[in-house]
Parts: sequence; C-alpha cells; structure tokens
Amino acid sequence: MYKIKKEQISALLETVGKAMDLYLPVNNNGKTNFGFWTEDAKVDLETLKTVKSPKDAFFPQSEVLYSCYKDAKKIEITPQELVNRDFVIFGVRACDVRGFQVLDRVFLADPVDTYYAARREHGIVVSLACGEPEESCFCKVFDIDAAAPEGDVVMWAVEDCYCMEAKTEKGENFLELVKEHLEPASDEDSQKTAAEQEKIRQIIEKFPYSHLSLEGWDGNATKEKFDDPRWKELSDACLACGTCTFSCPTCQCYDIRDFNTGHGVQRYRCWDSCMYSDFTLMAHGNNRTTQMQRFRQRFMHKLVYYPANNDGMYSCVGCGRCVEKCPQGLNIVKVIKRMGGSK
Amino acid sequence: MQEELIRRAKELLGDGTVVRVMGWRKGDLSFNPEPALFETEESLAEFVYDGFCGANLSKYMIKLSKLEGKTLVFLKPCDTYSFNQLVKEHRVDREKAYIIGVGCDGSLDVDAMKEKGAKGIQEITEDGDTVTVRAIYGDKTFDREDVILERCRACKGGAHMVYDELASNADEEKPARDGRFSLVEKIEVMDPKERFAFWQNELSRCIRCNACRNVCPACSCIKCVFDNDRYDTAQKANADTFEEQMFHIIRAFHVAGRCTDCGECSRVCPEHIPLHLLNRKFIKDINTFYGDYQAGADTDSRAPLTNFTTEDVEPSIVQERG
Amino acid sequence: MSIEAKNENKEFKPLIVAFCCNWCSYAGADLAGSSRLAYPADVKIIRVPCSCRVNPLFILRAFQKGADGVILCGCHPGDCHYSTGNYYARRRMTLLFSMLDYLGVENGRTRVEWVSAAEGVKFSQTMNEFVEKIYSLGENVRLEDLRCKKN
Repeated sequence: MYKIKKEQISALLETVGKAMDLYLPVNNNGKTNFGFWTEDAKVDLETLKTVKSPKDAFFPQSEVLYSCYKDAKKIEITPQELVNRDFVIFGVRACDVRGFQVLDRVFLADPVDTYYAARREHGIVVSLACGEPEESCFCKVFDIDAAAPEGDVVMWAVEDCYCMEAKTEKGENFLELVKEHLEPASDEDSQKTAAEQEKIRQIIEKFPYSHLSLEGWDGNATKEKFDDPRWKELSDACLACGTCTFSCPTCQCYDIRDFNTGHGVQRYRCWDSCMYSDFTLMAHGNNRTTQMQRFRQRFMHKLVYYPANNDGMYSCVGCGRCVEKCPQGLNIVKVIKRMGGSK
Repeated sequence: MQEELIRRAKELLGDGTVVRVMGWRKGDLSFNPEPALFETEESLAEFVYDGFCGANLSKYMIKLSKLEGKTLVFLKPCDTYSFNQLVKEHRVDREKAYIIGVGCDGSLDVDAMKEKGAKGIQEITEDGDTVTVRAIYGDKTFDREDVILERCRACKGGAHMVYDELASNADEEKPARDGRFSLVEKIEVMDPKERFAFWQNELSRCIRCNACRNVCPACSCIKCVFDNDRYDTAQKANADTFEEQMFHIIRAFHVAGRCTDCGECSRVCPEHIPLHLLNRKFIKDINTFYGDYQAGADTDSRAPLTNFTTEDVEPSIVQERG
Repeated sequence: MSIEAKNENKEFKPLIVAFCCNWCSYAGADLAGSSRLAYPADVKIIRVPCSCRVNPLFILRAFQKGADGVILCGCHPGDCHYSTGNYYARRRMTLLFSMLDYLGVENGRTRVEWVSAAEGVKFSQTMNEFVEKIYSLGENVRLEDLRCKKN
C-alpha cells in the first residue's frame, strides 16, 4: 500500500492528466460531474455522488459511430476511430464500479460492442472508498462494500492522506506512473485504513435503506410482478422525464440516429430512456403506450429481467441517485418496498 | 393542517362531490413526498401536506379532467396561476375540478440544506420559521428563509386565483415579494461575452432529461417539436454544441406569455440550471414592451403573443437600446 | 483530402438567409431584380406565405446549419395580405432577438425589415447594408453547430 498527502493529490493529478486523458469529478457552478482534467478544472473528490454517474467514460451519452460527407456525386464515409490510448477514470465510488460490471454483461456479451470494449480495455479505474456515505445510499443491499470498492486501484481517505492499493496489473502500472508522488504506507497506515473501513461500515448500518429487503424480487417473479395492480398507483406521478435513467450508473439503453449536417450525415448513438414515449418506437407504433407500462418496464428490467438473464445479478447498485434526483419523489426503493415480499 | 385537509377530502369523497383526490403521498424519507391520486377514504391515511410538497399539481389535471367525475385537487397560491392558464387554453376542464386552495409558507429545498452542510439526513422537522435537520454528520438548524426554493424568494403572494374553497391556513393577504427580476437585470448588464460564457457554462450541464419540459404546466403539447422525428427537429444527442441552447431558447419561447413563473423547471432540474431566468427574461420584456401582464391571473384576457397593437415597438429596439 | 485542400486559405464569405413574405418582400426582391438593382449573391431567399409563418425555430435552425445572418422581410405594418400577420411576427421577433441578446449572441446578426412590393430599391439597399454588417461581424461561431461545419 502507498500513501499521499491530500494536499499533494493535485500534483499527482497533474502528472496523470499530462500523460493521458484523466476523467474525474469536476465541480461546475456548484454541481459535480465527471469531466476531463484540465489545469483549471475544479477537482472535487469530496462530493459523494456526481449528478450523472461515471458510466459516460465507457458509454458516453452521445458518440459518433461514423460520418458521411457528400460532395456532388461522391460520398466519403469516415468510421469513428476506436479509443486506442489508455485513460484514467479517477475517484469512482464502489456502487459505480459495480455499475461498470452491470454494463459489461450487456456490452461485452456476444455480439461484443467494439466501441465499449475498446474503452473498457484502455480505461484504468481508480476507485475511492466513501468516507461519508449518505442517507440515500443502499449499496449494502446489493452486497457492495462502500468501504472496499473494486477497481484497478483503490483509494481510502485516511486523516490527511489518501492510501492507495493496486488490485490489478493495470493498477500497478498506474501507481508506477505516479510513484514520484507516493510514499510507502506503514503498518500504522494499514491499521488506520482498516479502522476507517470499520467506521464506514458502521455508519452505513444507520441508514434507513440499508436493511431494505429484496424478498420477492428475482428473475423468477416475472408473471407475479408484471401483473401487480400496484404499478398504477406507483406510476401516477411519473413525469416521463429521463432524470432517473440519465443519472443511473446501470441504465444501458440507447438509440441510434442520424444527424443531418447539411452536407452529409453523422450517425450517432445516444442514451435513451424507457420513460420516453418514443422509446423503442417501431413502424407499427409503440408497444408500451401508457406511462404505467414504461414505468413498469424500468423497474422490472432492473429487478427481474436482468437478474433472470444474468445469474441473479440485479442491475441496480443502490447508488441512490434516483432517490435524490426524481423531481416528483419516485424511486426504486419505493417500488421495492411497496411491491416486495413474497406472496 | 394535514388532518384538516384529510378530513375535508374524506367528506368530499364521502358525499360524492368528488370521486378522487389529487394530493401528495408521504415519502419514505422525510423529504420526498410524491404527488398521488387517492380514490378511497382509507388510502388518505398516507396523505401528507408539508413544506416538501412543492410539486405543482395543476398539470396532472389535464389527464384527470378527461376522466369521469370530479377530482379534488389541492393547489398552493402559485399553482392556481398554472391551473387558470390551463383553463384559458382549454387544456383542463374547470367543471371537472374541485379546488381547495391551501396556504404555503414557501416550499423547502432539501438541496439547499445539503449545500449548507446537512449531510446524512435522518429527519427534517418544520416549526414555524425554523427547520431542524437531524443528521448523521451533525444536526443543523436553519431559518426557513434560507432553505426555501428559489421561486419562493419571488413569491407572487398568498392570493389564490381560482378555488372552490380555502383551507384555514390560506392567507389571501400575504404580500408578493419583490426582486423577481433582480437576477435577470444582473445578467443584462453583463458584457455580451460574459453573458455568453455564463449561459454556455450553465447550459452545458444540461443532460437532456426533459424534466423541465415534462413538469412544465405550460408545456402541454401532445407531441413536442423536439420529439418529432419527422421534421428533422428531433434532438436526442447530448451534443456539446448549439443544440442544447436551441432546446432551451425554443422551450422558453414556446411558453412565453403563457409561463406563470411557477418555477417548476428550476426546481426539477437535476443540474440546477437556472432555467427560470430564461422565462423571467421573456416576462420582463413583455412587461416592458407591451405592458404588465401576469399569465394565469385570469382566464379571459388575450396573451401578449396572441395579441398586438399597431404601435408596437419594432424589433430593432433590441439593437437600439444598446 | 480534396475537402481539406478546398478549404485552405478560404476568405470569409457570409451566408445570409432572407425569409421573404410572398406578397410584399418577395415581390420587392423580384422588382429589384427586374430593375437591375444589385444585391449580393450571399443572400439566399426563402419564400414564406407571410412573415408570421416564420417560427423562431426557423431562425435558429438557419444559424445552426451555418447561416451568418438571418433577415426577415414582410409587408409594412398595416399592409399584411392576411390583415394582421406581420403584427404578430413583430412581437415574436422582438422577443426572440431580445432573448438572443440576453444569451450573449451578437445581436446584429438578425434583422426585421418591412419591404413592400413596390420597394425594389429599399430591398437592394437593405440587403447591401445587412451583408456589410455581417462582413464586419465576421463568421458566426457561437450559433453554428460544429457538426454542420464543412471542414
């Protein structure tokens, strides 16, 4: 294990940022989101949850797939280059790291999504344990340990230092790159880290959602949950906006569209939301015509369909962003609570 | 207060005046009640009315006024402007609604409390002008004034524009507050470059979740122009270009003269983009160029953009005023 | 390759979109032409049935797709073929231009002019003036969508 003083972290980030693309939480006018490091970016490692999850780093909100340029009778097609240089995504929380694994099962399954795979191959994940988890967190419910995130390198904030440990070969290479800033951690530091982890786990026990029961929610509950009459009252207030979807670390639906540039076409893919009325719109119309059906789709996907196809793994990681962000106070916890339990 | 509203709702359901109640349901944390529909007297046990019931229920009445029978709806003073505006546009049926006007001391903003240091919130209690937060990382006490929504700082006053009856906490005399345009003026006096940078910075955070549009009582189109893929106007990409700005300019324009300044767009924005400043700019311009106008204050006047006089100012005024 | 070569050392040539009402300004443009009055070829005219047919989205889309200036021409107030269309257009454009100014977009790039069918001279004068103004403002960089850029 290595350590670095908190005030020296900006020097470390500068070294990384100059060597490769560095994607980390940046504050813009009071709101923190993952963004690229620049010399004057306001790096913010204190905020627990960025508004959007860091899934952008591997699955950007919109990305060009290829472009066409038309000049008289000639058409030039330029495919988009795949990411071919290493980049670092820094300060990811435990829930969001698990979110990447949820995405992996979708995009890295056959047929492999080459755009995603290239990013995943070159991305180095530096995770950060949650020193001060908050009331909307419920990662514990999905067996995620906020005190011991996964990732290539794991960091803990301990007193005035960050302790770092490489977990993979990629992680070791990363620490090699920044070793001038690091000093080896002593046994005392390891003990302090362990104490910090214990403290985090105790705090999490106090949260209202930490003991949420997932009973009744699994891949076998399709029929029973689908037909439940309570979906209507749960979805009455839904605005059909995409706030939950776009802030979620595991939502993976996208749309592919063409942008008419006036001199050709740019084919792009962008996040889509199952809450939108034009989601999976087909020539014959739409197969989900009411908001109740769309609302049900979102939660059934996370808690029933996805586990059914992925060995029981839920596609919710308990980050609590939807709990904080839903404009009308709806969220997955309310759904789990009101419709849970076995019958 | 809450008990009074529940009792009244039960009476109205019981005597058949209304067949359903649109109100707020208790959340599972102390700050996340949700708008909800109650159809039985028993279900009203979960009804709640507190400082976190900021959601404007008027827009739900579009859907509800298409149903059989009357709906009881609780409206705060500023919500009644939206309701009136929807009546004016024939989007809701006044006859299908039974309105109880409820009083409001300013809606609370949990994000403001978090910004002011409340972390790991376990419980929030209101007591008159103080709000107490019990939290894991330290309890906090706030003046209500410091943790209300932005829109409540420019409150339009306590008067309800439309109602069937008033709850006992309604204060029709509560004065309106000034300063509605002070932020707009601050931007107006900036250098164009600064203004551009200001908006570029704000709007670049937009994640295109459409929450502002979907919550807006004035945005009641069945198919939004930005969802329509037939005319090359559909926008889904979160492209870091002019597109974001275009969406917000056009949205503000489409509601110009109809926006009652209810402030829902800014309340729901996950990125806290001050969208109300676009709407307020239009309101301010309308007041300056065409005389004071408050959308939703009545149901029969003509809106400024569906009206004209032969002496209107020319568009060149924008350049001439410097 | 060929595209890049073409764009090298290109001097600024503005693209100006003029929305002209069918009944007055479009006829005014015709008159300017038949009277052999010159106006720059940078101006591309789009004929609309009435100035009030122009939706603010038209103007923004023109900018997005690369216009450097947009001008809207209609009948003089009081002379609208449909009686009142241009009065509504006047209010809309006033508010739109004011909003663009508020957003910090150079406000000289948009204009409204009332040109009747008999005012060929005014049409050509207006266009000449406007094109000159756009030349002085230079290329539109704030409103153009980067994806629409040709190079």
